[in-house]
Amino acid sequence: MAPLENSRATAKLVPQQRTWYVPERDADKPPILECIGLGVNFGGLSAVKDFDLTLGPTEIAGLIGPNGAGKTTVFNLLTKVYEPTHGTILFDGKDTHNMTTAGISHAGMARTFQNIRLFANMTVEQNITVAMDREIKYSLLSGIVHGPGWKRKEKEAHDKAMDFLSIFNMEQYAGARAGSLPYGAQRRLEILRALSTKPKLLLLDEPAAGMNPSETAELTENIRLIRDRFEIAVLLIEHDMNLVMNLCEGICVLNFGEVIAKGSPEDIQQDPAVIEAYLGRKEA
Amino acid sequence: MIEFIKTLISGLGLGSIYALIALGYTMVYGIAKMLNFAHGDVIMVGAYAGIVAFTSAGLPPVFTVFLSVLVCTLLGVTIEHFAYKPLRGASSLSVLITAIGMSYLLQNLALMIFGSQQKAYPQYVKLGQVSLGAVTVDGITLLTLGVTACIMVGMSLFINRTKLGKAMRAVAEDRGAAELMGISVDRTIALTFAIGSALAAVASMCYGLTYVYIKPTTGAMPGIKAFTAAVFGGIGSLPGAMLGGIALGVIEQMAKTYISPLWADAIVFAVLVLVLVVRPTGLLGKEIQEKV
Repeated sequence: MAPLENSRATAKLVPQQRTWYVPERDADKPPILECIGLGVNFGGLSAVKDFDLTLGPTEIAGLIGPNGAGKTTVFNLLTKVYEPTHGTILFDGKDTHNMTTAGISHAGMARTFQNIRLFANMTVEQNITVAMDREIKYSLLSGIVHGPGWKRKEKEAHDKAMDFLSIFNMEQYAGARAGSLPYGAQRRLEILRALSTKPKLLLLDEPAAGMNPSETAELTENIRLIRDRFEIAVLLIEHDMNLVMNLCEGICVLNFGEVIAKGSPEDIQQDPAVIEAYLGRKEA
Repeated sequence: MIEFIKTLISGLGLGSIYALIALGYTMVYGIAKMLNFAHGDVIMVGAYAGIVAFTSAGLPPVFTVFLSVLVCTLLGVTIEHFAYKPLRGASSLSVLITAIGMSYLLQNLALMIFGSQQKAYPQYVKLGQVSLGAVTVDGITLLTLGVTACIMVGMSLFINRTKLGKAMRAVAEDRGAAELMGISVDRTIALTFAIGSALAAVASMCYGLTYVYIKPTTGAMPGIKAFTAAVFGGIGSLPGAMLGGIALGVIEQMAKTYISPLWADAIVFAVLVLVLVVRPTGLLGKEIQEKV
């Protein structure tokens, strides 16, 4: 087997020119995420190539492209589900080179999945508190015998979980088995579970998939509310162009693993390369 | 009737030992998604540790038990770290073969160190016979039952009420998603092996006190029976392993008393086959439904 090309070890951190629309309020703040020449090869196939992206700390950005363009692969690279073969990821100013998937989560990146991956046999509340446990400390013994320390901390976790559930008015589901929720509620719970890790960047993989137009409109509003309340950046993959154009401040278009356009929603809608990727070339 | 109750109690005692071992199988399967066939041999190591600690080093009983638990826990974590962790991404068959290899490695190491002659496990707990009304039973059997009951309650509380337990359940359900929630999968799996092996040490104590003689292959048969018990109860399910272990022990003793000691093992496995034909996921196993 040919040795994997690995330029990551030698990649230097040079100041990047911003070729990417960052909202004005974020312009003088350091970006939360910078991808420089990111790429991954599977066998001989390069699934993502030369991916550059700069994301402001409170920006809502969209990652779009036809099926198989490599959008979810980018998410998997960011969260270290796949190890990049090229390029650098700077998250919150730190190179994520040596971080594990769990470490990425601790550093403040959280995601949802295209196909829902809740802990289906745990309750809705447990799905949310599982990520909080890192902060909630009590001794093992106290947990087993339900000592006063446990009761206090568990109350704290419960209150926090209910607070998260109230974002989507889901308090009444707290004790239900996560797998028993209706589809839309499971999608919303996944977003809440991601939020419970206290992220600085929230990655949403097709949050509106399978939703009807009124649910999508509600979701659009809620994502904006979440950004305002938690002051975090959101990067989302979505096929619903209505949602993308209404919600995103910057959009990056991928096709065959390569960025073909970046810019504001207005720019993207008129970009000939994007139109070609989505609709095909006009016959002469 | 008296004979029946006696058989039942000794079956419960044997079943408790199976249940303790089965817990280790089922936890590792549920969380690391692998069959650790070296688990039975951890019991053998625990028993030898008891012999060395008490008979050779002359430690008091409490320290003997403690040392045996410590040795097994370290052994479990070490096996996981060096033999299974490097294979985390490999196919489950490779891991299975590695586990079988590890089992033979432990047996042969014990053969090298302790020889093929069986050794007597020190009887540091002497309880004699206890009579309950018209029935007399071994004190050790009652001790085994008591210890197992405590451990089962403790394990249920641990899994359902502590955050480590919650993390273990999360990893069991979806390793990838758990990792993205900030749970360290490696540490959770190591913890699982530590707990499973500590329970194996307790099982080795109960086994040694009941059956006395220990040889390098001692762990093999209880290991297979406990694995059977875990499958019987529904592998991956803790209550299933407990129920399966107890049921298996009772069936085995009943078959020994009422049918023939020679047929006992065959009957045990026949029951397993029957249960799996009717309920392929075991008694308490969850049916997995794939959406299409």
